[in-house]
Parts: sequence; C-alpha cells; structure tokens
Amino acid sequence: MTVLTPPAPEREQDRGRAIARLTSMLRIRRFEERCGELYQDEKIRGFLHLYIGQEAVATGVMSCLRADDAVVATYREHGHALARGISADAIMAEMFGKVTGTSRGRGGSMHLFDTATRFYGGHAIVGAGLPFAIGLALADRLQGRDRVTACFFGEGAVAEGEFHESLNLAVLWQLPVLFCCENNLYAMGTEIAHEQAETDLALKAAAYRLPSWPVDGMDVDAVESATRRAVAAIRAGEGPHFLELRTYRFRPHSMFDPGLYRSADEVAQWMTRCPIATYSARLRAAGWLDDDTLAGIEQAAREEVEQAVTFAEQSPWEPMDDLLRFVTSEEVRHG
Amino acid sequence: MAEQAQAPMPSAAAPAPESPATPATVRMTYREAVREAIREAMHADPRVFVMGEDVGAYGGCYAVTKGLLTEFGPERLRDTPLSESAFVGAGIGAAVGGMRPIVEIMTVNFSLLALDQIMNTAATFLHMSGGQCNVPVVIRMTTGAGRQLAAQHSHSLEGWYAHIPGLRILAPATVEDARRMLAPALADPDPVLLFEHALLYNVSGDVPPADAFVPFDRAIVRRAGHDVTLVTYGGMLARTLEAAERLAADDGIEAEVIDLRSLRPLDEATILDSVRRTHRAVIVDEGWRSGSLSAEIAARIAEQAFFDLDAPLRRVCSAEVPMPYARHLEQAALPQVDGILAAVRPLVTR
Repeated sequence: MTVLTPPAPEREQDRGRAIARLTSMLRIRRFEERCGELYQDEKIRGFLHLYIGQEAVATGVMSCLRADDAVVATYREHGHALARGISADAIMAEMFGKVTGTSRGRGGSMHLFDTATRFYGGHAIVGAGLPFAIGLALADRLQGRDRVTACFFGEGAVAEGEFHESLNLAVLWQLPVLFCCENNLYAMGTEIAHEQAETDLALKAAAYRLPSWPVDGMDVDAVESATRRAVAAIRAGEGPHFLELRTYRFRPHSMFDPGLYRSADEVAQWMTRCPIATYSARLRAAGWLDDDTLAGIEQAAREEVEQAVTFAEQSPWEPMDDLLRFVTSEEVRHG
Repeated sequence: MAEQAQAPMPSAAAPAPESPATPATVRMTYREAVREAIREAMHADPRVFVMGEDVGAYGGCYAVTKGLLTEFGPERLRDTPLSESAFVGAGIGAAVGGMRPIVEIMTVNFSLLALDQIMNTAATFLHMSGGQCNVPVVIRMTTGAGRQLAAQHSHSLEGWYAHIPGLRILAPATVEDARRMLAPALADPDPVLLFEHALLYNVSGDVPPADAFVPFDRAIVRRAGHDVTLVTYGGMLARTLEAAERLAADDGIEAEVIDLRSLRPLDEATILDSVRRTHRAVIVDEGWRSGSLSAEIAARIAEQAFFDLDAPLRRVCSAEVPMPYARHLEQAALPQVDGILAAVRPLVTR
C-alpha cells in the first residue's frame, strides 16, 4: 500500500501559503513589540492595545477574504490592519499622530481606517461595530453583491445589547456577515466567568439560529480552515456565521494595565501555546521551514517595522489650521 | 410602546404623487408631505430605502409610511425588530456601503437607545477616518409633547443632538418644509436628523413648487416686524406666530418671527440681522431651559449683538419636569401663547 501524497506543485503551494501565514503573524508580533517600546518612549500616546498572542486570528481570517470584502474591527486592531494589507507605514504614522497616518492623525491606535482595503475601523465602543457591520452587509445584499463583511469583536462585546440585537437582525435578514468573536477570556480585567452566565459563546450565539463554531484561535490553520468554510457558505447565500475564536492576549489590556487579575502562571501556560512558536515548529516538522528561511522572515519583518518608524518620525503634522476639517463633508466651519 | 397615536388620513386624500414638479401649489397635510417626500426619493433613487419599527405592515407609528409597503415591497420598506441601536447602526453601515437609508425612529425618547450609534459612529466617522468615510444616512423621528403621552414619549431633545459636531439637525415646521427638506437631506453626504413634531402631522398647508424652496440650512423670517424678534422652530412656530398676531392686535407690537429650520448649523446671520433691527429677542423652545438650544441662541446673541440690545434676552421654554400625563399639567409644562405674550410685553414699551 502506497501513501498518497499531493503532487509537488500543490505541496509547494501549500508551503507558500503556510510561510505566508507565519510571515503575517511574525510581522504583527514584531510590529506590536515595537509599538510597546515606542509607547514607553512617548512617541505613541493615548491608549495602546497590543495584539500579541492573538496573531493567528487576524492572520487566519484575513487570508480567506477577497479584496472587495469588508472588515470591521475593534480598538485592538493593528494586527487586523496589517493582515488586511494596510501599510505598516500608514499605521505607524497614525499612531504617531502624523498627517500620513491612515486617518491623518485624527484616529490614533484605536481608529485605523482604510477605504481602499474596505477596512472600516477601529471601533472603540465595545459592541458598536456589530450594527455597523450588518449595515455594510445589508448594502451588499440590496445591491446584489456577493461580498462578505467580517466583523471582529471580543468576548466582552457579548455582554452588550448591540451583540444580541445585531445577531438577531443579521439572521432575520440573512445578511452576509462573518461574526468573529475573539474570546481572549478577559474583558479588560474581568474574566469571562464573572461576566457571562453562559461561557460557551458559540453555544450562546447558536440560540440566534446561525451556524456557530468554536475554533482554536491559537492555531492559524484551524482559524483559516473554519473561516474558509464559513466564508464560502456566506457567499453562497447561507446567511451569517459565527466563529468563537478561543485565544489569549499575552500582554496587558493596555499600557495602563497592572495585570492584577490573572496569574503569571496562567500567562506562562498560555505562552507555551504561542501561535507563532507552535506554527514554526509544525512547519519545521513538515520540512517546510529551516533556520535560514525563518531568519529571512524575521529580518524582513524587523526592517519593515523600522522603516515604518522612520516614515512616521519623518512625516509632517496636519496643519493646525485644518483642525476643523472633516467634521462635515463641506468642511464648513460652523460657528 | 407607541401605538398608532393618530388616526391615519384617508388614502384618497393623497395628492397627485407622480408629478412632484407640478408647477402649481398643492395643499396637503404634514403627514402626506413627509410621505410624498419619501415616495419621491424612492422613485428617484434605487439606493433609497426605509427601515424602522412598524414602518411596513403597520404603516408607521404616525401613519407616515402608510401604503408604501405595497408600492415598494419589503426589501425597501423594512420592518425592524425593536432594536434601535442595531437598525440605526445598520442604517449607518448601509450608508457607508453605498445606500441612502431613511431610518425612522418612533420618538426622540427611543432614539436614546441608538444614541451610541448616532453620536459615536455617525457623527464621528468622517473625522475619525481622516475624511475617508462619509455617512449619508437620514434619520427621521417624532419629537414633542401635547398628546398626553407622558414622560417617555413626549420630550424635545433635538437640542441635545444640535450639540454634536458632524450632524445636521433639521426641524421642518411647515408642510412645505416637510415636503421639501428630505431630498436635500438625502443628498447631503453627512448624517442628517429630521425632527417632526407629533402635533404637526394633521396640519394642512400649501406646498409651493420645488423651485420656491429656500435652502434647508437657512432660517426664514415667517413674519416681519420691527419691535422684537421671536426665535423659534418646529412645533412652537404656530403658537409663536399666533402670539405675534395677538401682540399686533392687542398691543400694537410688531414681532418678527424667525423659524430656525436648521438647528445645526445655526443660521446666525438671519438671527443677528433681525436682532440688530428690533433690538429685542425672545426665544421660544419646547426643550428644557437648562443647558439648552435656547441658551445657545441667547448666548450667541449676547456674544455678537450685545450692544444692539435694548432689553434683556428672554426665553419661553418647557417647565423643567418630566412631561406629565394629565392634560392640565402637560399644558402647564409647555410654552403657551400667554407665556410668550408675558415674556414679550415688558420688553417693548410703547
């Protein structure tokens, strides 16, 4: 009996995709680490929420979307923006508050926007992105387009009324939305058991009568495969789907978080499941990754991040005279 | 929840709907005017659709959308669950996605359930995205008291919304404005909130040809006068005009009455021009007095026309009480003609 293996070109394609996933996660990791340093250096101000630990989610989901699909994210969205294809330069410049930033320095870390990639925020009111996302999907439905809107939110949003209103409405109207609930177990510092009567969120979502699947959010292949299935079904007209992506953030909620609510042991336990380390090991075992390749990916990621920092440093500020621009489209300065 | 608070008009009363450009002046009710404006917009632009609670099968809480479900079908006349935040947010998202939604909220009190979407999303998106994301949504809602609907269906909170940069706030007080303001609101690339006073729906009035319409961001002098300026809008216009007639008949005082029409942006030029001629101003606003739109208007007059004033500014506002149910109490809480007369008379000595 011979073992059937895919033909070489297909294997090569699989390897290429796997390396791309690893590259995406590493880019996000290095970018976020640098953001943390830049915050200590007071180059980045305001609130800063790092995505470290959750990289597999944004990477896996984005890899299944088409360019004309839409993304709605939260205030912890640098990773989503990078994975969606927004340039690191523009993201970093936004955090520096520069005019070359995604929102010309008017949004900051929590409000990244890029209509070219259909990336619609950057919502910092927990739960508020869900109604907006179903509206984007409604527009697609009414205009006969087979696009999908991916809406990211944390498990904390499940306690908001907007979550329940939006799932209900999306199912009633069979809207093409992929609800991506990133369950990292803590709504800021409140652990899920203290804020959810039913902690099985896929089960809870299923009450709204939509396909709801729990997914290992630390495994980029698992995220990719669940998303691919869900997106295909949504695009085929089968209505909204819900993914509970079980993950963990390794860093504090924001830079002001003293981390009193969870133990160092717990964090260390989760770090053994680091999505990048485990995926690298899997690729090595498959013979798809060696030291040189990994070093090359690392090198490219670091260079991209340093280039972004230089770009942000050297970029100009929005002129103060333009303070009142973009309040209304006419840019009329109402008295 | 609100029931159909007003008997729907007989549908036979609908005016010639297919000819919005008819040159002649047409007479209709305020309710019909809003309905005709919606019909016209839906015929003119396939991106326009309506959604809200009971707008379809029920015909609208105030019967504004009666008959439109049959004409346009459930895709464009969308009944929503009682989920104000979700359907207002969906309207905002659909607007960003290329549609031109008209979202109906039953009353301004219920709009507070969607305040997050209106304030934190609709009003902020253009700015927060550095100019990338226009939000061309229109949100219509009923406002005001006078129907004994008590403290959760009767308030006049449009002044709160006028506080928010990024929103355009309109208050059509006449049948003509009800008929004509919707089209420019839909054409506006930014979010527009339209406040329709519940007592106006049964009022009849003339709608002149479209080319006679004064731009929606301008205040209009509804009655010319030289002794005192009365600034008002929406549901208070009729009784302010009535007060002006009484002042002329009984006191020989000629009051100029300004209908603001747009509460944000405010047409300061029209207000200040009038005050500089009359040297006196009284603001009539159904909203509460404290921290209000009337306070804003008074402050702007004081800031910019202080030395033109011959008398203190006065305000006639609702009593600072949650709206009571009993008719005598409700009427006592609202600005009345007598209250306007009492505010004006001491300012003008003849």
